Amino acid sequence: MIRRPLRPLARILKARDHGENPDAIERENLRLRHEEVRDRARSRAEGRLLVLGGFFFIAFSAIALKMGGMAGAPAEEPRAADSGNPIIAQRADITDRKGRILATNLDTYALYAQPPQMIDPARSAAELVRIFPELDEQELLEDFAGPRKFLWIRKQISPEQRQAVHDIGDPGLLFGPREMRIYPNGPIASHILGGASYGREGVSSAEVIGVAGVERRFDAYLRDPANEGAPLQLSLDLTVQSAVEEVLLGGMNLLNARGAAAVLMEAKTGEIVAMASLPDFDPNNRPRPLIKGSPADSPLFNRMVQGVYELGSVFKIFTVAQGLEMGLIQPSTMIDTKGPMTWGRFRIRDFHDYGPQLSATDVIVESSNIGTSRIALMFGAQKQREFLGRLGMLEPTEVEMVEAPTGKPLLPAQWSEISTMTISYGHGLSVTPLHLAAGYATLANGGIKVTPTLLHNANRAPGERVVSEQTAAATRAMLRAVVSRGTASLGDVEGYEVGGKTGTADKPKENGGGYYKDKVISTFAGMFPATDPEYVFVVTFDEPVETTGSIPRRTAGWTAVPVASEMIRRTAPLLGLRPQVEGAPIEGISLAAN
Amino acid sequence: MRGVIYVLSALAVVALGFWAYQENYSTQQSLRDVRQLYARIGAAHARLGMLNAEWAYLNRPDRLRDLADLNFDRLGLLPLRPEAFGQIEQVGFPPEMLPPIMNPVEVSSAFMNTDEEPL
Repeated sequence: MIRRPLRPLARILKARDHGENPDAIERENLRLRHEEVRDRARSRAEGRLLVLGGFFFIAFSAIALKMGGMAGAPAEEPRAADSGNPIIAQRADITDRKGRILATNLDTYALYAQPPQMIDPARSAAELVRIFPELDEQELLEDFAGPRKFLWIRKQISPEQRQAVHDIGDPGLLFGPREMRIYPNGPIASHILGGASYGREGVSSAEVIGVAGVERRFDAYLRDPANEGAPLQLSLDLTVQSAVEEVLLGGMNLLNARGAAAVLMEAKTGEIVAMASLPDFDPNNRPRPLIKGSPADSPLFNRMVQGVYELGSVFKIFTVAQGLEMGLIQPSTMIDTKGPMTWGRFRIRDFHDYGPQLSATDVIVESSNIGTSRIALMFGAQKQREFLGRLGMLEPTEVEMVEAPTGKPLLPAQWSEISTMTISYGHGLSVTPLHLAAGYATLANGGIKVTPTLLHNANRAPGERVVSEQTAAATRAMLRAVVSRGTASLGDVEGYEVGGKTGTADKPKENGGGYYKDKVISTFAGMFPATDPEYVFVVTFDEPVETTGSIPRRTAGWTAVPVASEMIRRTAPLLGLRPQVEGAPIEGISLAAN
Repeated sequence: MRGVIYVLSALAVVALGFWAYQENYSTQQSLRDVRQLYARIGAAHARLGMLNAEWAYLNRPDRLRDLADLNFDRLGLLPLRPEAFGQIEQVGFPPEMLPPIMNPVEVSSAFMNTDEEPL
């Protein structure tokens, strides 16, 4: 830059010659210099402003572009991390002890309509009725024409039906994804599984909730996403369950019974391997509960868990077990059985007259009501109540079904001496057959209390001791004698050493006033093999009658026992039990394959 | 000296910015991959569930029993009964083969002329 002097000598000298003030030149030059500085500063400031303006323009444009993009693009949440696998959030499967599926889910669709979007409601209604014949065309048309903006048409449709609805081509007919609970085995184990239905429903999903059985009892577990889809494993064995139901159904038809129930339980753990109640139902299409009449007439009624019955002589073994446990009798002690026995205005009779006395073992073998009444009188009402309480006979069973609390035992209003005597042979106290199975399992388990369960390999606290090991062994020997030479001789399955006790109880009339003469509940409860029991079973029939003989026979020995023996014959090999020659194991048998 | 430090730190800032940008985008890509994987796992789950349900449905005891009855002529399937258990002695093993002859004993009659009349 050329710096111009403020007082250029040439101009000063010239100005002095002309007599002018040279200071004017200096001021002039100073002014020019200032102007020049000012112009430079201004242009620089203008440039900066321009750059800054450019920056602002770019920044705002960027924001505007981003906002425009966000407004135009489909919404998506910004994610810093991914949540768990969403598909596992569906309802967990239910499997049997070997992992075979008892209940699972299928993806399906629900059909709904939005009438304002429909193009030709009349044609759509007609076409829909063609696809779903149970719909009413007139009602559909009224709904489509009315003020409704939304209506469900079908909760579940099959893929074929969905395609057919697609083919109608009406934009007002829409589909919502649904999860559908299916029970691939149909009615097998229907009472245990219960059933499922929809809870809160939305367009994009619906809650599947359990309505009965384990589905309802474990509803929270099955829906808990924290389990990551791990199935609920039940203690049931599908094969055994199916065999039990088949045999029981055959028996029920042969005996013209109103209903039947059976349970097969592991003696040591209380795990229920099979439990059936007939008549049954298909949980895929659960019938509605009865509105009037007895709930026991509905196929939904679970006789094993909900039905409380006076089960009769099967209770005698508990009376004798208590007598043995308290040291009042020995298996060989002779009991007075001279009848009839009168107590106030009551008379207790035996099925036959068994003579003046029988040993305690024979009281069980011959099933003498008088005998057990005499034993019960030895310890009295208070002790009997305590003992049955410890066996769990006075409280509902703890089996993991939502129906279990409804199977509450019916106790006598006043536990008098006559109650003690009738309860000693199973009348006057109503319990479920499952209570009975648990009681027999306690004797089979060496006297340690067994609680029935439907869960496989659940960690449970061991039960308390109810009777001693010796007492339990003595009662097992008696039960074995009942089958080998007593009332249950038809139940002897060669090689499995079955032990058990029959019970035939007259049904009480519904409106009170005594008992029916020709309607019985016949029961066979027992265990096998009797020396070291692995399984406990109870088979019970409601109003069976066996008509092959000249007179109709209703006693358990002719009804429940043959069915139970067939059941053992079918299930024991499936459970991996090899028939044994009683007394000693055979030499030379070796397990070739398991 | 100061200039060098300024330049170096400016370069460092640029490099860090570049690294952060890359990390950000690779993370987003991973998230997208994971979401895609989940979608595929979900589809596989749904498929598996359907196949399991179908397997359970086809193997339901009622159907197997009916099939066993229908094909009794060919298969002869019966429910497992206690009689099905046997002892090892009951198994019909093939007869044992004779061991090879190590020391052959020549029997003179083996070389007898068969044309001769027996005595």
